[in-house]
Amino acid sequence: MATAALTAERENYLNQEYGIKSWLLTVDHKRIALLYLLSITFFFFIGGFFALLIRLELLTPAGDLVQADTYNKLFTMHGQVMVFFFLIPSIPAVLGNFLVPLMIGAKDLAFPRINLLSWYLYIIAGVLMLHCMLTGGVDTGWTFYTPFSTAFSNTKVIEAGLAIFISGFSSILTGLNFVVTIHRMRAPGMTWNRLPLFIWAHYATSIIQLLGTPVIAVTLVLVVLERALHLGIFDPTRGGDPLLFQHLFWFYSHPAVYIMILPAMGVVTEIVPCFARKRIFGYQFVAMSSIGIAVLGFLVWAHHMFVAGISLYAALIFSALSYLVAVPSAIKVFNWTATMYKGSITFSTPMLYAFGFVGLFTMGGLTGLFLAALGIDVHVTDTYFVIAHFHYIMVGGAVMGYLGGMHFWWPKISGRMYPESLGRLAALIVFLGFNLTFFPQFILGYLGMPRRYWQYPPEFQVLNVLSTAGSTILAVGYLLPMVYFLWSMRYGKVAPDNPWGASGLEWMTPSPPPTFNFDAPPVVDWEAYDYEHIPAPQEARSGG
Amino acid sequence: MFDTFPLWPARASTTAGSVDALFIFLVALSALVSVAIFTMIVVFAARYRRRRGVVAEPIEGSTALEVTWSVIPLCIFVMIFVWGAVIYFKERTPPRGATEVYVVAKQWMWKLQHEEGQREINELHVPVGRDVKMILTSQDVIHSFFVPAFRIKQDVLPGRYTTAWFHPTKAGIYHLFCAEYCGSQHSGMIGQVVVLEPAQYQAWLSGGGAAGSMASNGQNIFQQLGCSTCHRSDTQGRGPNLVGLFGKPVQLEDGRVVTADENYIRESILNPGAKIVRGFKPIMPVFQGLVSEEQLNLLVAYLKSLSPSPSGAAGGPTVVPSGAKPQETKVQ
Repeated sequence: MATAALTAERENYLNQEYGIKSWLLTVDHKRIALLYLLSITFFFFIGGFFALLIRLELLTPAGDLVQADTYNKLFTMHGQVMVFFFLIPSIPAVLGNFLVPLMIGAKDLAFPRINLLSWYLYIIAGVLMLHCMLTGGVDTGWTFYTPFSTAFSNTKVIEAGLAIFISGFSSILTGLNFVVTIHRMRAPGMTWNRLPLFIWAHYATSIIQLLGTPVIAVTLVLVVLERALHLGIFDPTRGGDPLLFQHLFWFYSHPAVYIMILPAMGVVTEIVPCFARKRIFGYQFVAMSSIGIAVLGFLVWAHHMFVAGISLYAALIFSALSYLVAVPSAIKVFNWTATMYKGSITFSTPMLYAFGFVGLFTMGGLTGLFLAALGIDVHVTDTYFVIAHFHYIMVGGAVMGYLGGMHFWWPKISGRMYPESLGRLAALIVFLGFNLTFFPQFILGYLGMPRRYWQYPPEFQVLNVLSTAGSTILAVGYLLPMVYFLWSMRYGKVAPDNPWGASGLEWMTPSPPPTFNFDAPPVVDWEAYDYEHIPAPQEARSGG
Repeated sequence: MFDTFPLWPARASTTAGSVDALFIFLVALSALVSVAIFTMIVVFAARYRRRRGVVAEPIEGSTALEVTWSVIPLCIFVMIFVWGAVIYFKERTPPRGATEVYVVAKQWMWKLQHEEGQREINELHVPVGRDVKMILTSQDVIHSFFVPAFRIKQDVLPGRYTTAWFHPTKAGIYHLFCAEYCGSQHSGMIGQVVVLEPAQYQAWLSGGGAAGSMASNGQNIFQQLGCSTCHRSDTQGRGPNLVGLFGKPVQLEDGRVVTADENYIRESILNPGAKIVRGFKPIMPVFQGLVSEEQLNLLVAYLKSLSPSPSGAAGGPTVVPSGAKPQETKVQ
């Protein structure tokens, strides 16, 4: 086993115990993080496979590669898998799980067993989802709009709904664990104003998980009950209202976007100061903007419904509130940029991902201003403009942040260095492939190509071909890191404790860390990001 | 009719121009902001790349800067909000006297009927230079009526009416898309809007072979279903007199006052018990399931024709201001 050679010298969380049982029954947050890493990577490639099939179908205007019903299932399950089984758990359940206790100087999360329980819930949900996909799938779109989902679809709506319902509890428990841990388990001296901003971002995320996820759970139960028992909640012929579903759905699913992006912002906020060797610019503004996003994010849901039949005045209010939530995001972008000013900057792989994040998130954010403008939204909503916009946020933003974070903390997680030049190459490929895939979709959307179209008028073909070409490049960019991360576990250079010369408690313990994280309980008497007092990066040794 | 590789959608309505103007402004603003941020990142990255013997300068932050880059964007956002809201307000407020077209959507087809009685499927003929108001409803799931060349889109819901309007400015054939996912053949639920010069449109109308206007067909149904027994055009009926009703405020038994718009008429036919007019007994039978969406549209068109106002159907151009101002007459 690769881990054996890698950690011959000292005992750590990887080599302390061996065997499948030691993993499946572990309560160590770091091992659970790795369990999550394996599971979400699996789902990421399933969701990615669906995406490639979608792009291949759209290579030609005619519906020719797959049948219409198959296509509808592909985009539905692409969305469900990517949102609920990859993006929402991605950074919190992997990097957050691994790093929250380390960063605040704790031995573990507050409820280690509940942490394991949330992974098992995730797995149960995942198995149910896989079963649903393999035995026919579901075709409602990831949004489950009624009355299509409740009375018209002939696919496995109930099973998919239950899978997402269960995965929601996994998400709630992770959020609960983080909130309690951050409140109760900080090391002596680790005050709120000394917390790494990654922790602030996860705190804000956890609040959304705790308060928002129960609403989607209730909503899905209502869909299941309506479908099974014909209650009539969303059925206009029985006095119900299909728009009620949309309100409930987006009340969670809009904040869910912030569950995906806030942790990525937290990652970038760790990376930029490290590679600029500087304190973060405007610590408190960055911290408070995370909280601001979490709170305001709950007040903008109906901006998904400007043409859905809500009243004129409701639309005006939700448009105005949507502009408010753009302010804290803008604050973050400006602070990351300002952090580079008079820094001492190097361009390692994590920093390249951080640059990519800032660029793509800025584009995603700016196009959000288009969508929040009522008059424009009427034209571009439900077109490829929306598809492009949210992929810039959720893939350009959240996935870039996730990959940046994986590279940044990989030495800590695995005890090995990944190959740096390959890492930079992959970051570049991802950036280029991403833009080629999604930028043409903005134009397609303004031209009027509706989303969820299996076949389309021929004048849209050129842009669709560009997008499909981009998606194959993007796929290469995503496969590369998986290959060299695996490679590095055996052949990578042995990582020093602090390969980047980074601040933060996680870098003051061995790589990989011991089971209880620190040899002696840390006491904090310094401010966050005190890069003026941190020695230069340590050299990695070659391993074997 | 369509370019092979267009980069800008056809612009064929009055709305299209105002939407494009804001869109172009936002593209310019976004380009400016992203170029500024990207330039700063590139300049900082080059200027402050790591050099031997040079250390980073510790900077805590600057409240003045934070306030600046919060307040300036906020002001710009407010401006965009107002601009977008003004366009939307116009999009959502059909002008008086618009020609009305009733649309019934179903999986996976658009069924349209003109006031004059012409029926169309997946195709809509309209003349250049006239306001057209769409009154939309769905027989099954949610659909969305989307004409990119007009920059309009409106979801079409089962169980109620939604409305949209446009003013075509250029003759041509334009895409009609369903924009809300509606099942297997969602991407096949497409059609065309054919905008004709007025003379051609008149020719098209006269060749249409419609058997009477919607209002006159609606009157027939009104008789057949026996509505006229109670809803008489004097004060002796057991139900309210419906002449001049449309667009007027209605006093309800529970004290509320509602405007008699399309959705009110619809509800009062399908489920009369929902809103009882003051002074009348809840004796009207329920018509839910007894009339089709098309028949319901005919009834609505007929009842509107009983209110001679510019927004009514066949009532002619007599001006009755109150009829077109439901927003102001609506109490609470």
